[in-house]
Amino acid sequence: MIITQKKPIEELMAMIGDAANIAILGCNSCATACATGGEKEIKELSAYLEAHGKKVVATAIGDYCCMNMSTKSCMKKLAAANPDAVVCMSCGDGVQVAAKHINVPVYPSNNTMFLGEALRLGVFEEACHLCGNCVLGKTGGICPISRCAKSLVNGPCGGQKNGKCEVNPENDCAWIMIYNRLEALGQLDKLAQTRDDKGYADVSYPRTINIRGKK
Amino acid sequence: MRLLENALEGGKFGVTVEMAPPKGYDFSEQMEAAELLKGKVHGVNVTDMQSACLKATSLGLCIKLKQAGLEPIIQMTGRDRSRMAIMGEMLSAAAFGIDTMLALTGDHPVVGDCKESKPVYDLDSVGILKMLSEMEATGKDCGGNEIAGGAPSFYKGAVVTPVYEPLFLQINKLRQKVDAGAQYIQTQGIFDLESMKRFMDAVDKANIKTHIMAGIIPLKAAGMAKYMNENVPGIAVPQDMIDRLAAAAAEGKEKGVKGLPTKLGIEMAAELIVKIKDAGLCDGVHIMAIGAEKNVPAILEKAGLSV
Repeated sequence: MIITQKKPIEELMAMIGDAANIAILGCNSCATACATGGEKEIKELSAYLEAHGKKVVATAIGDYCCMNMSTKSCMKKLAAANPDAVVCMSCGDGVQVAAKHINVPVYPSNNTMFLGEALRLGVFEEACHLCGNCVLGKTGGICPISRCAKSLVNGPCGGQKNGKCEVNPENDCAWIMIYNRLEALGQLDKLAQTRDDKGYADVSYPRTINIRGKK
Repeated sequence: MRLLENALEGGKFGVTVEMAPPKGYDFSEQMEAAELLKGKVHGVNVTDMQSACLKATSLGLCIKLKQAGLEPIIQMTGRDRSRMAIMGEMLSAAAFGIDTMLALTGDHPVVGDCKESKPVYDLDSVGILKMLSEMEATGKDCGGNEIAGGAPSFYKGAVVTPVYEPLFLQINKLRQKVDAGAQYIQTQGIFDLESMKRFMDAVDKANIKTHIMAGIIPLKAAGMAKYMNENVPGIAVPQDMIDRLAAAAAEGKEKGVKGLPTKLGIEMAAELIVKIKDAGLCDGVHIMAIGAEKNVPAILEKAGLSV
């Protein structure tokens, strides 16, 4: 899941500036789970904007703002209300998809934080850096790229103390976690292998994937 | 010159000392200390912004030391440089006759004094060693392109932390460093023979063949020892050493004499070096005086070390 966090409302209001008629697009998937862009948050933002002299001319919620075709129809509905600006309450991807389908500014209400898991309601943890070369098969299912502050691939640095990371002592050292997990699985031999250096040539941005075999 | 390589590979007890470049561009303090060390050590190991605090680069001071007739060892971390930057820096080092290096992953910028700096870590310590070994073996750069005039070669080193739980992970990474081309290893500061023995036993048991130099940190005060115990991973100063330093401070206060704990720290460091050498525990020592490099000649003299 893409984890988002609300921007300070002052920052959003500064982006909106003089625009008087505002449309709001929410997202029914990740942003709803993060309480940053679901039905409830759309209502709250509408009330705030109305209370601060803006007119909310339309709202819509897409199942997945990152899906181009369905977002296109949401934006058609919003465009019909002739807004001066759109506030998109999804991740950064949804904002960009929305902006493709309207000729007024689309402003993000959220900061897009990371790809991670909901540990429990309202608690999220980063778990994947989308590196494009998954090493989880060799690391006991624990990702050193995202869970080690240095993204080390050949084992820990000297900076752990009592299993905690020197960068943030609240975090467990990824390599101690990997060691414990592999020991429990009887796979400590996997640590003996130095990782092949994959380099970064395959992860130059932006990446595209086409599995259709045609455009 | 490869003084350190000649010493270690020739079966002599290696002696190196650590030195940090200044936060600034006046190197005179470092050069004064260097004059005192000339002819007394096999190498001056120049840090690469240790603790992630901004300093002049290792290469800069290495060049100055080389020009002054000392044997610099360039430290190279992966924190601030991509693989291209590391290789380019090493080519420049070779052009100045610098032939010995130490590869480290590097402390994270967040623990240092320029916290907004972007951590790079394109390569870790193992990756740096592998890249340089490959360069030496093939004469090619990190993109597989020919290096004009052939590749330089370096006597390559790495570090290890003997007091570490679980030790398996340190031994495992030590093996990877040696396999990647590390020819000598210096340890995090050690303060007692027993923990060094335990570590060396584990190295033997793992059948890792390399030259290990024990890290020696001369203590300056009880407070310094306590601070390091609490804050520096891998450091474990025994309580009796802390007590002796505190007693020396109290004695100095009573007699109105300054510098007694520092003097004791020099003695304790020399004692430990003698014990390590007499026990044949490892192949040399690396002295990290943390700004007090001027005291190193006294430590070497007390320990009876000469190169």
